[in-house]
Amino acid sequence: MSTAIVATDEDRSVSRKTVMLVAIWAALLTVPLWLPLLGGYTALAGRVLVFGLAAMGLNMLLGFTGVLSFGHAAYFGLGAYGAGLTLRYLVHSTPAAIAAGTLLGGLAGTLFGLLIVRRRGVYFAMCTIAFGQLWYYLAYSWNSVTGGFDGLRDFHREAIGIPPLVLDITEGGTTFYYFLLAIFAAAVGLMGFLLRSPFGRTLLAIRENERRARFLGIPIERHVWLSFSISCFFTALAGTLYALLNNFADPLTLHYSLSGYFVVMTVIGGMRTFWGPLLGAAVFVMLQDYISSMTVNWMSFVGVIFILVVLFFPRGLLGMMRRRIAA
Amino acid sequence: MAQVILFNVTNGLIIGAFYVLMALGLSLILNLSNVINFAHGNFLALGGYLAFTLSTVLGYWGALLISPLLTALVGVLVERLMIRRIYNRDPVYSLLLTFGLAFVLQDGARFIWGPNGLPMGLPAVLAQPITSTLFFITWYRVFMVAIVIVTVIGLFAFLRYSRLGLRIRAGTFDLETVATLGVNVRHLRTLNFAVGCLLAGLSGVLAAGQIGLNPNMGDELLMPSFIAIIVGGVGSLIGTLFGGLLIGMAAALTTVFYPAASEAVIYAIMMAVLLLRPRGLIGEEGMMS
Repeated sequence: MSTAIVATDEDRSVSRKTVMLVAIWAALLTVPLWLPLLGGYTALAGRVLVFGLAAMGLNMLLGFTGVLSFGHAAYFGLGAYGAGLTLRYLVHSTPAAIAAGTLLGGLAGTLFGLLIVRRRGVYFAMCTIAFGQLWYYLAYSWNSVTGGFDGLRDFHREAIGIPPLVLDITEGGTTFYYFLLAIFAAAVGLMGFLLRSPFGRTLLAIRENERRARFLGIPIERHVWLSFSISCFFTALAGTLYALLNNFADPLTLHYSLSGYFVVMTVIGGMRTFWGPLLGAAVFVMLQDYISSMTVNWMSFVGVIFILVVLFFPRGLLGMMRRRIAA
Repeated sequence: MAQVILFNVTNGLIIGAFYVLMALGLSLILNLSNVINFAHGNFLALGGYLAFTLSTVLGYWGALLISPLLTALVGVLVERLMIRRIYNRDPVYSLLLTFGLAFVLQDGARFIWGPNGLPMGLPAVLAQPITSTLFFITWYRVFMVAIVIVTVIGLFAFLRYSRLGLRIRAGTFDLETVATLGVNVRHLRTLNFAVGCLLAGLSGVLAAGQIGLNPNMGDELLMPSFIAIIVGGVGSLIGTLFGGLLIGMAAALTTVFYPAASEAVIYAIMMAVLLLRPRGLIGEEGMMS
């Protein structure tokens, strides 16, 4: 019976959803055409995709499981360092770097998730923050391997494929953007599939009423742990792409400020919506790019944005749109 | 070697004392209002900077007295204007709010007092070493530890014996019942926030004399304070006290043998505690879940 209700709900909004999906993908696919007209550059779009993916990964936990991590920069940064270290010390292969970084960040999250899965609310958040900073200090002080404060340099993304069939992404620009977009699409498709599966629906049940879900016999801890772990894998994947985008990984990719940025991107776009974090990432990246080019006091502006969003704008852009349509 | 160890033990005691003051304030706010105050390190910096400016007028002792109070006053304003609005919302909002506030306060300090470090002048009597053999222990270090001890005893006495303190502790366990009994919970939370900021401001004045002033001086103390709370056990102020001393000491002693790991060791302690005793060393069962 419950599936029937969900189905009618989805029927009613299916056309709107299709329109929105077509619009999003059309916009993403044509970025190299329209972004220069607005005064942007393609690398900026790459950053939106990467941060968007990281925030969407976080949102799986934050918006769809109702569990607050304020330390996702750790997994993002581990992904970046994992990719960078692989390219620099192990093999000159972009796919291997992506795989290694994603595994490093994802597994770190999976193991740490085991320790904190019984905590909730602010205490969960506090543990994630503190654990995240561990990696920051490690990257910061393990100079000989990570490059310390200056960050990890001397690696660059490699062309993919065997000679006749080669995808040359070393040049940045449009080719690399579409490479990022392809990975983004695959990851987001997988995420959508997971959230629509019975597993994803169970996460929603936990978010809505954890006690009731527990009484129904759902193993809460295992689901929260899985959700945390999967979310870390997605964010770590985004981190590897960030390292490839910049050919650089620095300790700030591990710092809790970045975790805060991910959370605020998610909230700006709309926590309870699938695409919200991408929109939030776009808004945040553009604003940051603009403000930091205008003033040295960009920190105040970013801080004020945080405060304004919390006080006056807690549902985010998509959340407000959805509400307006419903009304 | 004995002197090196003694030097680091006193260092550990002092660092631990800072962690304790910071973490106690954070813990008070966390326990009663369920808010992690990300801006706590910036209240610390504010206390230090206010003392720096006030000491030109009031002298060191006056500044030591007044600037924590002013910091608490700023805390009251912040709580009334912003933090109060998000008590009943998802914790994500309180984190984002105090996080944004931390940015604004840090940038504000940079704007007003400049980006470079400033020295905090000390009265001559405090700047001297206590003996020539123990040249590394100045009277200021003794003084700091003494102030922290007095403050901590005062805080615990306040929470145990005063009416307001009792209400704060009762509210930590069951705020609804306390409200039902006719206590104005809104005021209680404001005052509690102010006490937390007072402690931060005081540690700021003390820290300024030890490490000087810079706009992000509180940042390095914030994470260890979080860890002190997790290690000691959320919900227990005694736990926070021991947690702060423990990690301060551990970090300082690690410095003797393997300096590079002095940061890592406090995280190792946190992981061990989360693994072996998730509620913290002295935490209440169930407070953290």
